[in-house]
Amino acid sequence: MICQECNQRPATLHFTKVVNGEKAEFHLCEKCAQEKGEMFMLGSGSGFSINNLLAGLLNIQPAFQGAGQDPFQKEKVLQCEQCSLTFQQFIKVGRFGCASCYETFKDQLNPILRRLHSGNSSHSGKIPARIGGTIHLRRNIDDLKNHLKEMIAKEEFERAAELRDEIRKLERQLNADQKGGE
Amino acid sequence: MSLERFINQAISSWMSAEGPDSDIVLSSRIRLARNIKQYKFPTLFSNEEAEAVIEKIKARVEHSSFSKLGEMELLLMDDLQPLQKRVLMEKHLISPHLAENSTHGACLLSENEEVSIMINEEDHIRIQCLFPGFQLSEALNMANEIDDWLEEEADYAFDEDIGFLTSCPTNVGTGLRASVMMHLPGLVLTQQMNRIIPAINQLGLVVRGIYGEGSEALGNIFQVSNQITLGKSEEDIAEDLKSVVSQLISQERSAREALAKTSNIQLEDRVFRSYGVLSNSRIIESKEAAQCLSDVRLGIDMKYIKNISKNILNELMILTQPGFLQQYAGGQLRPHERDIRRASLIRERLKMEDQELGG
Repeated sequence: MICQECNQRPATLHFTKVVNGEKAEFHLCEKCAQEKGEMFMLGSGSGFSINNLLAGLLNIQPAFQGAGQDPFQKEKVLQCEQCSLTFQQFIKVGRFGCASCYETFKDQLNPILRRLHSGNSSHSGKIPARIGGTIHLRRNIDDLKNHLKEMIAKEEFERAAELRDEIRKLERQLNADQKGGE
Repeated sequence: MSLERFINQAISSWMSAEGPDSDIVLSSRIRLARNIKQYKFPTLFSNEEAEAVIEKIKARVEHSSFSKLGEMELLLMDDLQPLQKRVLMEKHLISPHLAENSTHGACLLSENEEVSIMINEEDHIRIQCLFPGFQLSEALNMANEIDDWLEEEADYAFDEDIGFLTSCPTNVGTGLRASVMMHLPGLVLTQQMNRIIPAINQLGLVVRGIYGEGSEALGNIFQVSNQITLGKSEEDIAEDLKSVVSQLISQERSAREALAKTSNIQLEDRVFRSYGVLSNSRIIESKEAAQCLSDVRLGIDMKYIKNISKNILNELMILTQPGFLQQYAGGQLRPHERDIRRASLIRERLKMEDQELGG
């Protein structure tokens, strides 16, 4: 087989690319493959394709959102105050500009995150020790409260009372921490 | 430079050390993506901010080094030759993005090359731990410790609801990518990969060939990694991956057993033919070399070949890539010249095995 780029040398690199279900086959010689960028050979293509897929996902967005809106109303340009990235720009590059973007585009972001992370939209992993501040404590309290409800439902009141005391203790600590932080 | 010295310098611990299940799992990798709150992400940040990020990390290292890692070396991408970057890339210590497209990109490398912290890649900080064999939890623990150490002085971009904020929303939450590199010739030879890959994809994990595309992975080497970073804890992500990898290991083992039972002589023939090609060829392309190396490694694991060390596959897969070949040659090589170099490097490496045993 002859290389499809230069039509001279024999093709030594064969690969199939599937984008949005469309299959494309490539047959290149090593030289042309190199010129076309070595991404294919090094397997760095995934970042590239994830980005494309993402842009695809984001582009669907307006169709869902636009349904209830007045189509003639001029859309306000949503822009991050910190880094001046607009939502349109984000769709193009698939990358945020700064930490505040997550706050700015929060409403648009949630459905996207669900789609990317199979339905999940809230973090349940590690919390940074230093800047995490009271999050640890609050999560702890939430856990205990859930536990407390369970115990009440099971009518294990003795255990429930213990939990209640523990929650109170932690809440006092939380209040103290918050005051101390101010 | 002699080949032996070149190899000694070129080999990172993940390629030569033995790890659990290292007949099938070549390496385990953990990557954590982190950003510093006060600076814009690398897609938009200014030169000054990029420099400030590097300074911050530098100061952290100088202030108090992380004892477990020993001396860390800071490599600035701007100071490196293209070939040097390429070599780091082929060793999986830095990403192509950091090598080619980063502004003031840098990499903080531990002495044994198990830990590399990429700076100003897609995110400000990417902690990467690469361990030999099947050691995901160990790698995760190490990454967590480094993360805590860095966090002592850097204010991370973190949101209570969605976790660690990353440049790309596909990494948000834990910022964790866990991946395992596996050699699966048994499953490929028995044509089971095409069935297995879609099944694994359904579990939110991705399988891909690291030197090729899809099921036609070059050298039968596959990488399995998590896709989802949000909503699960780091430990759960690692556990899910571990359980799938464990299953793959046992399937690969039974595929090898079945092959030995049903087509022992054919397999042995294949192994020794490949060995013949590697030890005699004068010109060899990367694809053929990868396939032959895979066969020989399988032959070693299945005890057809007894006098060659196991890590030859890991070593030569890396050393026969264009960047390394050119570094060994001491200059640019055209593709055709590389194929000649590749063949001679492999022959020399195999000869070293003979000498070691003879002497």
